[in-house]
Amino acid sequence: METLEQIKNRCELAARGAKVEIVANPGPSQQSSLLIDNEHAVPVARFLRDHPALSFDFCSNVTGVDWLDRVAKKTAKVKQVVDGVEKEVDQTTEEKIPGYLEAVYHLYSIKLKHGPLIIRLRTENRADGTRLPSLTPVWRSAELQEREIFDLYGIVFDGHPDLRRILMWDEFKDHPMRKDYVQPDDFEWEPTPHDEVLERAKQHYTSRPQLDGAEKITAPQS
Amino acid sequence: MSEQIDENLRSELQRQGVWVTSMQELYNWGRKNSIWPLQFGLACCAIEMIATAASRYDIARFGGEIFRPSPRQADLMIVAGTVTKKMAPQIVRLYNQMPDPKYVISMGACAISGGPFKQGYNVLKGIDRYIPVDVYIPGCPPRPEALLHAFMELQRKIDNQKLSGSEKAEFLKPEQPSEFPVPAFGDHDLNPPANPKVYHPPKLERQS
Amino acid sequence: MSATIETIEAMERPPVTMTSRLDGELLEVSMGPQHPSTHGVFRMNVALEGEIVRKLKPVFGYLHRNHEQIGEDTTYLGSMPYTDRLDYFCSMTNNWAYALSVEKLASIEVPERAEYLRVILAELTRLQNHASLLGFLLSDMGAWGTPLMYAFREREKILDLFESLSGSRMMCDYMRFGGCRVDASDEWLSRAKQIVDRFPKFLDEFEELILQNEIVIARTQNVGKLSPELAVSAGITGPMLRACGVNYDIRKVDGYGIYPRFKFRIPLGEHGDTYDRLMMRALEMRESVEILKQALAQIQPGPIVNPKVKVRAFRPPVGEAYGRIEGPKGELGFYLISDGGPNPYRYRVRPPSFINLTVLEDMCLGHVVADVMVILGSVDIVMGEVDR
Repeated sequence: METLEQIKNRCELAARGAKVEIVANPGPSQQSSLLIDNEHAVPVARFLRDHPALSFDFCSNVTGVDWLDRVAKKTAKVKQVVDGVEKEVDQTTEEKIPGYLEAVYHLYSIKLKHGPLIIRLRTENRADGTRLPSLTPVWRSAELQEREIFDLYGIVFDGHPDLRRILMWDEFKDHPMRKDYVQPDDFEWEPTPHDEVLERAKQHYTSRPQLDGAEKITAPQS
Repeated sequence: MSEQIDENLRSELQRQGVWVTSMQELYNWGRKNSIWPLQFGLACCAIEMIATAASRYDIARFGGEIFRPSPRQADLMIVAGTVTKKMAPQIVRLYNQMPDPKYVISMGACAISGGPFKQGYNVLKGIDRYIPVDVYIPGCPPRPEALLHAFMELQRKIDNQKLSGSEKAEFLKPEQPSEFPVPAFGDHDLNPPANPKVYHPPKLERQS
Repeated sequence: MSATIETIEAMERPPVTMTSRLDGELLEVSMGPQHPSTHGVFRMNVALEGEIVRKLKPVFGYLHRNHEQIGEDTTYLGSMPYTDRLDYFCSMTNNWAYALSVEKLASIEVPERAEYLRVILAELTRLQNHASLLGFLLSDMGAWGTPLMYAFREREKILDLFESLSGSRMMCDYMRFGGCRVDASDEWLSRAKQIVDRFPKFLDEFEELILQNEIVIARTQNVGKLSPELAVSAGITGPMLRACGVNYDIRKVDGYGIYPRFKFRIPLGEHGDTYDRLMMRALEMRESVEILKQALAQIQPGPIVNPKVKVRAFRPPVGEAYGRIEGPKGELGFYLISDGGPNPYRYRVRPPSFINLTVLEDMCLGHVVADVMVILGSVDIVMGEVDR
């Protein structure tokens, strides 16, 4: 398989105006990915599938990822005057990265038996109903998986033949796999609760203020 | 098993070739040895149920061999596997369609109380929130021998059911409901989350 | 004696004026979620014209146990027992796929004996999975459980091996990051060798009873055809893809573990119909027996776990990895994103059964309702994996 830079150059040549970036993977698995802008996603995907040297005809996995607002710390060496002597000092700058939702596609080639090539599509923000282009017209295997991402994360895929909820029931509201989803208070008596289960359990028990440490769990509500 | 007949008298008569029984014993004997389970497996425990019905841990020896596909013909519903909130209304409907007398075995940790998937947004924490359960089998998955043990417990329970008197069996009392209301899908949870007439969680005080 | 399917002659069919509406209105039937042959809680909304299927929409989610959300709340090692419950027939291969992904994420090496044990257990899993599938499919066709009894008889022997090694028949939780949990004794290996040596005899008997049976041939040939182009585009993997003639087996392509050391062939089908899919499984069982014989002969004593891997406070470096194996049902992959903490940031399972169902409608169109169950059986789905 060609390197990511070569593939990136090919994509940018093939689809005019496509902005393709390499997202480096810091870990040891050497699986860096290409970030494609939403407007040109479908032409770039078609190019990746059809070009004879690449022929990524098999889309193996489509994943939705929810990135919350993050703060990235960068340390850089800056020349500063300290006690009258010019020294190089580490200066940390904090950069706020707003949150977004992502769809990550793992592509393999059955014809040429290489892979994986990982491409990412990002939404602008984490609002409800953010849109991304659907790659189902290019790879049919994305059909059910994009429906699942719509169901669990809330990304609306433009161009999907049949976008509706797949795993949850139709009357369900919200999107459960988002990081800020709060589960309904489905309390059940537990013999040994701890951590967050304990916190939720405390709300269902009446307190016995005559004992010391009145926040400890006491008799249940009838 | 029968308070009415004196055991000594019965064994004496049997030695003479006379067999004495009571209607209750006979009725319960017929029922307990020919329980027809409903062919209804949800998840992993279903495979152990099938393995129990296979040739090694033969459930046919206990009379439970004929798994019926239709609830109208079944007496026993073995809820084997995780009950999700999406599936719960269908289970209650199936239970309603079964004719009396009917029994429910809750097989596996998931059917008892949600099991390892308890922290889930789609998992119903125990099928006994909506339908009454007779026997609970712990395990994940319970071994086929455990299911056979539960089956035998159920047989013992059926054997002890009385047909008349104040303590007669539930299904003979006309005011006992045989059908339970089917929950509806709400925004985030089922509506109602549990049936208060059926679901009786333990009320214990916790010290410390 | 050859089997012929007799068709009703035109004059014997009921006259059009007698019954109600035969003007082509579609009858919508919901098959499932409780149905004797839906392999778990799976529902299909079919629109029928008479008996012919005109539309088929599957409904999923009846076993959605939010495995991925639990994966985000649990540590890496804590998710290992949950992977057993994904495809509950093949817990060893699920464990291996997850261990492989984490080993890619944190770049962990696995000692040789552990690799051999992994291969042995994975191929044993494949044997019992394919045998059970053939048994279930025949029960769906109306054989009322007898082939299932034969298949489960062999399965019980293999489950006994799993139980004596890992402590549990089905939910083994056996693989660890960097190796295996428990070592196999020589006595276990010789028992495994005995079972593997006797397996071809069972396969001969099974194949003769099932695959040369005229009812099976009549009901499965030319039913549910799948073209190779559609299969590749729809992401189909596993025996279903190879039945269409596409030569893609991850054991050969990726060469994960120590599979390159073993000599085995990949069976390929010609027509892509249900009969080819059944034959795939039967032939793959024979190839698995070959791999097992080689592995059991070549295994050497040694350590079974990498001592450098921390069991407690296991924190892989920041990054992401996608690891996949050739499971008995298809390509089982795990995509993990790590943020340096003890829990994964995103834990995703690539379920082969779910994606293989993309083409269910395409395969069933134009067939009668009875064929739908046969086609569904040949896709080999397990709802724990489809819904996760």
